[in-house]
Amino acid sequence: MNKKTRNTILNILLVALVVGLLCFFQSDTSSHSYAISIIERSVIYAVVAVAMNLLNGFTGLFSLGQAGFMAIGAYVTAILTIPVEMRDSVYYMNGIAGWLHDLHAPMVVALLIGGLFAAAAAALIGIPILRLKSDYLAIATLGFAEIIRAFLAAPMMDQITNGSYGLNNIPGFKNIFQPVALAVICIGIMVLLIISSFGRAFKAIREDDIAAEAMGINLFHHKELSFVISSFFTGIAGGMLAIYMRSIDTKTFQVMLTYNILLIVVLGGIGSVTGSVIGSFLINGGQEWLRFLDDDTFKIAGVHIPLFRPGFRMVVYSILLMVVVLFWRRGIMGTNEFSWDGLFGLFKRKKKKVSAGGES
Amino acid sequence: MSATTFAQHLLTGISLGGAYALIAIGYTMVYGILRLINFAHGDIFMISGYFMIFAMASFPWFIAIPVALIGTVILGVVIEKAAYKPLRSAPRMSIMISAIGVSYLLENLATYLFTAIPKAYPEIPFLKKILTFGGITTSLVTLLTPVLTVVLVVLLMQLINHTKIGMAMRAVSKDTEASRLMGIKVDNTISMTFIIGCLLAGIGAILYFTDRMTVYPYSGSLPGLKCFVAAVLGGIGSIPGAVIGGFIIGICETFLVAFGYSTFSDAFTFLLLIIILLVRPTGLFGEAATDKV
Amino acid sequence: MKRKAFTAVAAISMAMMMMSQAAADDNVIKIGIFEPLTGENGGGGTQEAQAADYANEVRPTVTVDGVEYTVELDKVDNKSDKTEAVTAAQKLVSDGVTGVLGTYGSGCAIAAGPTFAEAKVPAIGASCTNPQVTSACDYYFRVCFLDPFQGSVLAQYAWDEGYTKVALIDQIGDDYSVGQAGFFNKKFTELGGEIVTEQQFQTNQSDFKAILTEVKASGAEAVFAPSSITTAPLLLKQAKELGVDLPFMAGDTWYNSTIIENAGAENAEGVVCSTFFDEADTSSQITVDFVNGYKEWLNADDSRIEKNGGDDAIVGNCALMYDAYNVMLDAIESANSLDGEAIKDALAALQTEGVTGKISFDANGDAEKDTAYIDIVENGAFKFLKTVTAE
Repeated sequence: MNKKTRNTILNILLVALVVGLLCFFQSDTSSHSYAISIIERSVIYAVVAVAMNLLNGFTGLFSLGQAGFMAIGAYVTAILTIPVEMRDSVYYMNGIAGWLHDLHAPMVVALLIGGLFAAAAAALIGIPILRLKSDYLAIATLGFAEIIRAFLAAPMMDQITNGSYGLNNIPGFKNIFQPVALAVICIGIMVLLIISSFGRAFKAIREDDIAAEAMGINLFHHKELSFVISSFFTGIAGGMLAIYMRSIDTKTFQVMLTYNILLIVVLGGIGSVTGSVIGSFLINGGQEWLRFLDDDTFKIAGVHIPLFRPGFRMVVYSILLMVVVLFWRRGIMGTNEFSWDGLFGLFKRKKKKVSAGGES
Repeated sequence: MSATTFAQHLLTGISLGGAYALIAIGYTMVYGILRLINFAHGDIFMISGYFMIFAMASFPWFIAIPVALIGTVILGVVIEKAAYKPLRSAPRMSIMISAIGVSYLLENLATYLFTAIPKAYPEIPFLKKILTFGGITTSLVTLLTPVLTVVLVVLLMQLINHTKIGMAMRAVSKDTEASRLMGIKVDNTISMTFIIGCLLAGIGAILYFTDRMTVYPYSGSLPGLKCFVAAVLGGIGSIPGAVIGGFIIGICETFLVAFGYSTFSDAFTFLLLIIILLVRPTGLFGEAATDKV
Repeated sequence: MKRKAFTAVAAISMAMMMMSQAAADDNVIKIGIFEPLTGENGGGGTQEAQAADYANEVRPTVTVDGVEYTVELDKVDNKSDKTEAVTAAQKLVSDGVTGVLGTYGSGCAIAAGPTFAEAKVPAIGASCTNPQVTSACDYYFRVCFLDPFQGSVLAQYAWDEGYTKVALIDQIGDDYSVGQAGFFNKKFTELGGEIVTEQQFQTNQSDFKAILTEVKASGAEAVFAPSSITTAPLLLKQAKELGVDLPFMAGDTWYNSTIIENAGAENAEGVVCSTFFDEADTSSQITVDFVNGYKEWLNADDSRIEKNGGDDAIVGNCALMYDAYNVMLDAIESANSLDGEAIKDALAALQTEGVTGKISFDANGDAEKDTAYIDIVENGAFKFLKTVTAE
């Protein structure tokens, strides 16, 4: 059979495998709840990572404002999805604003509205900010994220966002398929954008924006488009995070969150969508698998290791990241995407190396 | 607000500003020479605080202070050699990510080694003497900070403008390649920049933490960012600018909290940054650079 | 080559993670210890978790249906962070714990509540005082009193001491701090007092000079500052430096010797706080036995002393955790079953006496406690001042 048929069959098999795996987990939620929560968190972070990659990796705009847009998406989604009958108890200190009390939306609509709010904020912020140079853009976007956070937590906003008390009683996902499906759709749309002519314009801007402008690409429009779309999906991911966590407050959306996502993007490869997805699963799964590093009663072969104390996991993690940044800048996927050819090529190269080694 | 209250706030603001200024200088010098925002600078400042705690536990204060300062400087140089030097020819994003990575590592390392419980910062006896005058009560260190800042800055300007090493630093800031061709040892000059920046941060740390009395792993992250804003406000690459920027931010922050807007005190600093970047990107005292197309 | 190694490691880690479901061991049951071991509340969480260790040593087994089960503690760190709290809670559920104890810091308890409720795992909070912890979750109980109670008790105390003007200092973004300040405000104003100013600070703020200057200028006679162990020494020392010579009051978090140590005995002199427990209380034999036993246990090992904050003073939350542990085991035996729902029902009906006094739960799952101890710092140590009972 030719390559195209082979690829299609393999793709269908892969999808079937993934769906099968998800059904397996869903069948017994209580004993698999740990694995389920990791998968949910990984897909949510994967969406943000791809959105960040769209901005940083494909358009070359180094932005550190992701946490702020996630916060907007999260709060809007939370406010709209908390069941009306619970609202008075959630806003127990100061009460909820009258017009907001009965405003309710189903999950997907709430997520979309959250994304739209984030996109609107991005559109406004983009106008003054996008002409700044890369380092300044980074700090300016970081600054905006902090401003957004301060705004959401302000006592003046108590009746809308519950200020510093945070929101809880957010209804969660009904099953594992919801977040995974949402994530697949979001990432799918972003991939479509990347392979379209817009995507090529973004890459041109990344490589050399002056040349791109000379070739007739309207710099501002394209940068703004990239920024707005990236923020839209970041907002949706923020909303999904709110639903996953069931309760949020502004402390969740500090700069650390943006750094965590940045590290996923770097690990996976700046400029690769597959890389971001893989990076997200590795980081989220790895964080949990490495939990034993924090356990001071853990023994390896009966020997007590004095290094293992709470906090060690994050140190190992940080060192891992430094190693990637210094010695393995491409990350896992570099700028490549997943392809069956690439996967088989990987095995073929290994075989060749082995046989070549055997001969000499 | 009565005059004494106002004066008290002003004093608090100037003192805070002085500490910020010392840290901001580190940012501006490193940016001038490497075009790098050293995200880790704030965390070096935090680790300096921890060094002091351990130094004071073993030595009397007049030995502990130099020990802590030397430790900070060594840390700064090690970071430069390990995390920034290898990436000098890499795209800008990589070295910035490296700086973020170092910051992340230092914060997690501090959490792991020293736990998240804030550790009490040792008191250097004479610095904590309480003075009262004209209705204002304060400790000696609060008064000392701005004075010491100004003195150090003056000394630093002398160094930059009237010594060979200072000239080397100015040359490398302007054009690294040409400096190398002229025989200037670029690596040593860069190391010297880090040494001076970290030394000032170390002194700033002593003053800041003596005032604040505790250190914990995230003591450096937000102040660090604010000091970067101070450096930008004053004009990145300009040392007097960084100092003025530090004082402005210190005073504004204090008064915002005094008026009850503490939620916005951090946000305000960033708002200031954005306004400056849009209205006058070279800052108050910076030099305009032309972009060659 | 590197890529392959990485992918292999990733695959293995995913597999291990999925297969790490705890197989139910014969005759061993797990109790989850859900605490912050790092992060802002790491200090209090570590102390509380350690108390559970002691309780486990004193009472290592529980008998259900004639079979004796060894109780194993499953500790997870929620890092004082709400996102982490949900994952940590999920891990406990996955590990098949029969019950959960903790957490220190109401925010994380509120966040994890729905997880425990969905999995039908009963949880007993030792020291989380925000009303939302139990009101929003059927499966969460607590053995301590609530913030509304604490706030009012201190307001009553302030009023009784003759203060008519009080300044509030609280932490934005912290349910515990803002909640308690709010309740103090309500009660104090009801009694006829005046809150002359409310100053708020950010998490991780360490410079309170501007706030304290404002407090000084407001004409307050006393300050109520419910905040964390991190903030306390800073407030006290800086107040001294600015010449703010007012008495400080706070909630249960301040009942911790690390505060006196960090602030310095002279600065902490006169600080008043409410607490659940006082180790000097000799009225009950159970309490005395616990105090002596725990101190002996702590002093047996230096690392235990360090985890307890550097000395063997017994903090309220440790005593509460000890009670929570015993209450959990009592409920399991009373239900005579390891089923979550049965244990929850047993808890609702339970009546027992612990080291912190009589324990029983109301409809919400809150301990029906009507007494608080008020302690004052004198000569560098906490001294019992009086008990206040709610009307």
